[in-house]
Amino acid sequence: MKELEYPFDGDRLLSKKKSIRRELLSQDTKFIEKKIAILGGSTTNDIKALLDLFLLNNGIKAEFYESEYNKYYEDAMFDAPKLVEFKPDIIFIHTTSVNIRNYPEIRDSAEEVEGKLASVYGEFEGMWEHLREKYGCPIIQNNMEYPNVRLLGNSDCVNTHGHVNFVNRLNAKFSEYAASHENFFIHDINYLAARIGLDTFFDPFYWYMYKYAVAVPAIPEFSYSLSHIIKAIYGKNKKAFVLDLDNTLWGGVVGDDGPENLEIGKETAEGEAFLAFQEYLKAHKDIGVLLNVSSKNEEENALAGLNHEEGALKPDDFTVIKANWEPKSINVETIAGELSLGADSFVFVDDNPAEREIVEANIKGIAVPAVTTPDKYMREIDRHGYFEVLKLSKDDLSRNEMYKANIRRAETLKTFTNYGDYLKSLEMKAVIRPFEPVYMARIAQLTNKSNQFNLTTRRYTQGEIEEAAKERLTFYGKLADKFGDNGVVTVAIGRVEDAVCHMELWLMSCRVLKRDMELALLDKIVHTCLEHGVREIRGYYYPTAKNAMVKEFYKELGFEKISEDAEGNTQWKLDISEGYTDKNKYIDVE
Amino acid sequence: MTREEAYSKLNEVFRDVFDDESIEVNDATTANDIEGWDSLEHINLVVAVEKCFGIKFNMGEVAKLKNVGEMMDLILSKIG
Repeated sequence: MKELEYPFDGDRLLSKKKSIRRELLSQDTKFIEKKIAILGGSTTNDIKALLDLFLLNNGIKAEFYESEYNKYYEDAMFDAPKLVEFKPDIIFIHTTSVNIRNYPEIRDSAEEVEGKLASVYGEFEGMWEHLREKYGCPIIQNNMEYPNVRLLGNSDCVNTHGHVNFVNRLNAKFSEYAASHENFFIHDINYLAARIGLDTFFDPFYWYMYKYAVAVPAIPEFSYSLSHIIKAIYGKNKKAFVLDLDNTLWGGVVGDDGPENLEIGKETAEGEAFLAFQEYLKAHKDIGVLLNVSSKNEEENALAGLNHEEGALKPDDFTVIKANWEPKSINVETIAGELSLGADSFVFVDDNPAEREIVEANIKGIAVPAVTTPDKYMREIDRHGYFEVLKLSKDDLSRNEMYKANIRRAETLKTFTNYGDYLKSLEMKAVIRPFEPVYMARIAQLTNKSNQFNLTTRRYTQGEIEEAAKERLTFYGKLADKFGDNGVVTVAIGRVEDAVCHMELWLMSCRVLKRDMELALLDKIVHTCLEHGVREIRGYYYPTAKNAMVKEFYKELGFEKISEDAEGNTQWKLDISEGYTDKNKYIDVE
Repeated sequence: MTREEAYSKLNEVFRDVFDDESIEVNDATTANDIEGWDSLEHINLVVAVEKCFGIKFNMGEVAKLKNVGEMMDLILSKIG
């Protein structure tokens, strides 16, 4: 819903939140349901209400637990029975600098100040450790905004007795913990408060009247920022850009003005703004976001513009470049197809409102930020949190290359008349093994990101993946070929019961479709099952809006359908014995 | 702005905040008359009223209000 996208009208959201909620629920959305526990150090009522709206807008329907006012610590440490019973999927600890009860005083000795820092921090760390142990779910913790007043004025940030200094050091310790612990995320309210203004973020009126440590008018921004982390945890991040060229990546029209007359580079104010925007986009490659172009231009002109020597982006930085006269909505669909991504995982950037409207009207779920002028493009995109990073993986760094390798594979395929010959020519090598510690994060990420080739669409947190590794038959598969390494691309989990292995999860990344990786995995599953005395494998397919492509997957593997209910959920079985013949012919499995 | 005009605006605010199109407030209306008007919703009401009339309440004022009539007096005194 447009009303819930940046730049939103926060006051309107606050006053109309009930009717907006009703509208969101009446839309034809298939929600995922999650339980979120809010452990608050101040009033959380509207924080919850607004978070609810932003999550619904991302397809997440949350059930909430709220601690009693300022009982976050007691709830966390003493296992509040209602919280235990609630079984949270996510715990959010809403503390702010009003919860720092033990600030240094001027008369404190250096040791006393250090002692206070250690004790304030220690209380938090103890709480996090206890929650991790007890619930094993992702934890989101606010860091601290700056205090509202400064006894020492500007020296408050220098002198170790200063509260600003104290908050800075405490925040650094929070970040250190987050950087070294899985499944723990900082909600950076220090940045948020700076961005919207500390006096807007904290207003004594709301604090004394209602114990709101975040002023009510600031709550929409607060909850919006928090929702970015949660939607990222559940795989709702965008994955790629589709960018216009003329007046989006440079000033001017390359076909009319000629590449030499474009506004790009350090020479003019406008040129500098476009250059900064290009650099910002280019940096996205390193966090695994794919860059693509859809431009109404002759290809030759588009490339001439991109080869401008002052520009930061070069043709090689893009995975797909479509320079033609087709409607842009069609180009976006084509790009999505070539990259095997859903069109709703794209962010479309174009200075022309008419083009934006066409794309938005024709592609459900695509993000189309309303950019205005080049100096503001970056900010207007950044605020949406489209690509909220939880953790960087090596895969992110090389994702652009992987996709490009895929496009080269597609080109190679055209030279073969026999698909088997093509597969053979790829010289594929796979590793298929039980879950291993180094891949737990990537495996959890895949279970949350994969929508299309996903039989049960079960989402797992990293904690649950680690749990599964101990109690289930688990499989991850990596696939490499002569064009490059795709990294971890497939995951399966089976639960063995009475000599039957129930496949609770089977998913594969769409970038390795039609490479027989699923056959290699089946072979491995069968052999592993036989070693465990399993005689039958049971497959499950649960339909979602996105996984129709695997509706007949088990049938294709030779399973027999044993049941189907009204919703289209199906069950399949495969009897196995020692005489099993491997199905994979082209992948060399280690 | 007449008291009547102000009431028609105020009524809209109440309807939005409490999500009830049937609400009609008058001088004698109190929190007991409206479903969902608890201390937490009160803050939303205050924020919405401030926004609607372009005014700011201070702490003492908000705490003292006993009914909608007093709120209206305060609003009218602020918009002058």
